[in-house]
Amino acid sequence: MSAEAMPAATSRADLRGRLQDWLPRLVLSPSVAAMLVFVYGFIAYTIYLSFTGSKMLPSYDWVGFDNYRRLFGLSAWTTALVNLGIFASLYILISVAIGLMLAIFLDQKIRAEGGLRAIYLYPMALSFIVTGTAWKWLLDPGIGIENTMHLWGWESFRFDWIKDRDMAIYTLVIAAVWQSSGFVMAMFLAGLRGIDNEILKAAQIDGASNLSLYRRIVIPMLRPAFLSAFVILAHLAIKSYDLVIALTGGGPGRATELPATFMYSYTFTRNQMGVGAASAVIMLMGVASVIVPYIYAEMRQGDDR
Amino acid sequence: MGFLDIDNVTKSYGTVEVLHRVDISVGEGEFLVLVGPSGCGKSTLLNMIAGLEEITSGTISINGRVVNDVHPSRRNIAMVFQSYALYPNMTVGQNMTFGLEMHGVPRAERERALKDVAQLLQIGHLLDRKPGQLSGGQRQRVAMGRALVRDPDVFLFDEPLSNLDAKLRVDMRTEIKKLHHRLGRTTVYVTHDQIEALTLSTRIAVMNKGHVQQLGTPREIYDRPANTFVASFMGNPSMNLMPARIVVQGGVPHAQVTLEGASQKLLRLGQPALAAQDGREVILGLRPEAITDEGGADRSAQLVEQVDHVVSVVEPAGADTFASFTVGGRDVVARLRANSQPRVGAQFPFRLNMDKAVVFDPRTEARIGD
Amino acid sequence: MSVATQSTAVRTGRAGRALIVTVLIFFALFYLLPLGVMVINSLKPLPEITGGNMMALPQEPTLEPWRSAWSTAQIGVQATGLKPYFLNSILMVVPAVAISTMLGALNGYVLTKWRFPGHRWVFGLLLFSCFIPFQIVLIPMARLLGLMGLAGSLPGLILVHVVYGIGFSTLYFRNYYAAFPTELVRAAMIDGAGFFRIFWRIMLPVSGPIAVVCIIWQFTNIWNDFLFGVSFAGLDAMPMTVALNNLVQSSTGVREYNVHFAAAILAALPTLIVYIVAGRYFVRGLMAGSVKG
Repeated sequence: MSAEAMPAATSRADLRGRLQDWLPRLVLSPSVAAMLVFVYGFIAYTIYLSFTGSKMLPSYDWVGFDNYRRLFGLSAWTTALVNLGIFASLYILISVAIGLMLAIFLDQKIRAEGGLRAIYLYPMALSFIVTGTAWKWLLDPGIGIENTMHLWGWESFRFDWIKDRDMAIYTLVIAAVWQSSGFVMAMFLAGLRGIDNEILKAAQIDGASNLSLYRRIVIPMLRPAFLSAFVILAHLAIKSYDLVIALTGGGPGRATELPATFMYSYTFTRNQMGVGAASAVIMLMGVASVIVPYIYAEMRQGDDR
Repeated sequence: MGFLDIDNVTKSYGTVEVLHRVDISVGEGEFLVLVGPSGCGKSTLLNMIAGLEEITSGTISINGRVVNDVHPSRRNIAMVFQSYALYPNMTVGQNMTFGLEMHGVPRAERERALKDVAQLLQIGHLLDRKPGQLSGGQRQRVAMGRALVRDPDVFLFDEPLSNLDAKLRVDMRTEIKKLHHRLGRTTVYVTHDQIEALTLSTRIAVMNKGHVQQLGTPREIYDRPANTFVASFMGNPSMNLMPARIVVQGGVPHAQVTLEGASQKLLRLGQPALAAQDGREVILGLRPEAITDEGGADRSAQLVEQVDHVVSVVEPAGADTFASFTVGGRDVVARLRANSQPRVGAQFPFRLNMDKAVVFDPRTEARIGD
Repeated sequence: MSVATQSTAVRTGRAGRALIVTVLIFFALFYLLPLGVMVINSLKPLPEITGGNMMALPQEPTLEPWRSAWSTAQIGVQATGLKPYFLNSILMVVPAVAISTMLGALNGYVLTKWRFPGHRWVFGLLLFSCFIPFQIVLIPMARLLGLMGLAGSLPGLILVHVVYGIGFSTLYFRNYYAAFPTELVRAAMIDGAGFFRIFWRIMLPVSGPIAVVCIIWQFTNIWNDFLFGVSFAGLDAMPMTVALNNLVQSSTGVREYNVHFAAAILAALPTLIVYIVAGRYFVRGLMAGSVKG
């Protein structure tokens, strides 16, 4: 180590040491730069556009809140918002209900658990376009489930929601629940497996019936899983685009129009970029209202790491 | 100036100061133990010596060189971690020679060093295994081996035995002591276990709340604790601390304690300086082994007082029997010979070796009287 | 993180068990139905579908729909089948997954083991970027790709997927490395290893499990993407999902359902295979990305 004391060696070591100090930040910087430009810069740009009179191409004439005023005056947008409300609440509710039930049932030392779990989960691996294609056809009264029931002798069976303006939105729920509920099941199952069995044993010794055991002890302990499931499903619902395109194309009429499809068609096919940008901003605000508290909690939790 | 100098070192995280002006000078070949309860700053200090945490102010120097801005790998130190920190993907041999490899030591030399250390620690048969295949004790040896191979100026140990079971811990403690004797390397060792501190060290720094409470040899720390924190932290069972009052009779200071039934007892004190403190409220400290039965009293003791008192608890512990009684509302533990037979609820004649008594100020908690 | 630890200690009666098993089997059928029906009907000639029962097994099994979907179906201007688009998807997915995973690993390493003031903010911003509705970036992205001369090209799509994939890959590696003992990094520092050396020699060799998870996740997401593909790909760089949608939605001529099904299965095949081969990790990945956030 005495050689270290020589001035030349020391200064070179210092330089290397300083480089080592900066390396981590240097390595992280491309990603951070990309994020700042492509995510936050772009968000800022879109927000800016939403206050301009952009039509087919971006223009930079400031129009204040005109686009937002127009947006909320459009019946197509209010329809899309109402549809999203129906779709998101049913999608989240049913997915959570089915997911929780399947998780609790699968947790009862079922022999074929591994296989069943795989079956419940595989839809998650599919693209919404594939899911939409499959369900579009199953729901088609001419050849799908309705037709099959007729051929099996149940002549009065009716299942033509996909062609029905009032019911089409529910077909979206069916397909989306089919795709996501297995995933929710996996989240709850992981939560259940994290519960200490000694607590369950203690409750049983205390005389709790299975029903009250789950209602009073297990389900309250799954709070984090509920929260995560809600966050994931809510943001998926707001972003939903592919499924609508593949399943109904937004129709019949505007019966299954969602904000995501609205934004796309106003921006790229109807050349109302300002209004499209405004709708995207509203969507972002919707997602942020769900995600930001979650991230805030996550970051605070990170304090003690 | 010592071999390892910690000079006026502080550490803050933001506005929170976690180490306050630490000054320790460690001589070459010394074995310094940093001991204290968790959160006292001992690990932070060790990490600062290692270069793993920045020094907020002050300097640390090793072998005459200030190392504040020197990278850990260039301080010529080696460290044994609490979790052992063995690289899971490398074999034991690779783990031990990784540091040498990083420092550009030629293969042949690495192999030789590895062989020597493996022989020293008797882990030659483990060299091709992965850490996952080792027992706790074996991992501990490998972690020490990795430090030894480096042949560093200073060894740093961060609670290296706390993940072992009780029996193994005692064995490894002896082993570390032997190694230190044999190699004579400067060592800084962090632990929360006061027995480890007393058995291993040449000097101990007792720490609490970011302050060094006392720095001294094990004997000094044990016999003349600087304050009530050190007194009660070091030693097991810990030192008995009783409220008392100084009463001077015939120019000789006594400690007046209240026994059960509100009767007062005067115990002679060996510190003449206390004669000037007549009437002062104090805390009297007396270790359990200074309170014995008649036959167990230290023959060389000058001041022995007898207290007859009702026994409240008896705990036979094999080699000794512990008996408790109450003084001034506090439980006092006495360490009796195994064959003495105190009975709960009966009077027992205790012998107090007042040579060993220490006196503390109840407000500052610092030792007074000499 | 593992799903397959102990199951519950709750006891159930025989009737309860029968009910549970029935429900579980019913849902298994529910999840299997669409795929099963698609497979069955992709093997039927068209008249058998339009005139028959979708649940019936094929009378005259044929692979013709598959051949048609793969190489002759009319998608866009030319009757090329899905083949060229399949290739597009592969050429897009492989580099996008490789780059985003590598960056994610490095970012996760820095964010856990080389913390600097503000690291939590960087992480929070990255985390939020995982969840943004991509509609908010469509317009500027289209503009930028145009300015860069990457509009309608595969490199453009790869760039998009890398940029929006970094968030999740960083999240995975960060959570994994956070549980990785920092003492090991410190030991390696004392041993004299530098930033990259520690990454290559200490971190990467134990990153297998999370790398698998991250690769599967990115592969699935990028392969299944539709929005970016339909917005930025143009005709030549069109990925599988967009091609499939064009085929299924095309309003010209007879609807060849059997070809549509074969095409849908072809589009789903890569992710399904990945899921079957490495499904266990997939589940774990979903958990790590969601429950742990």
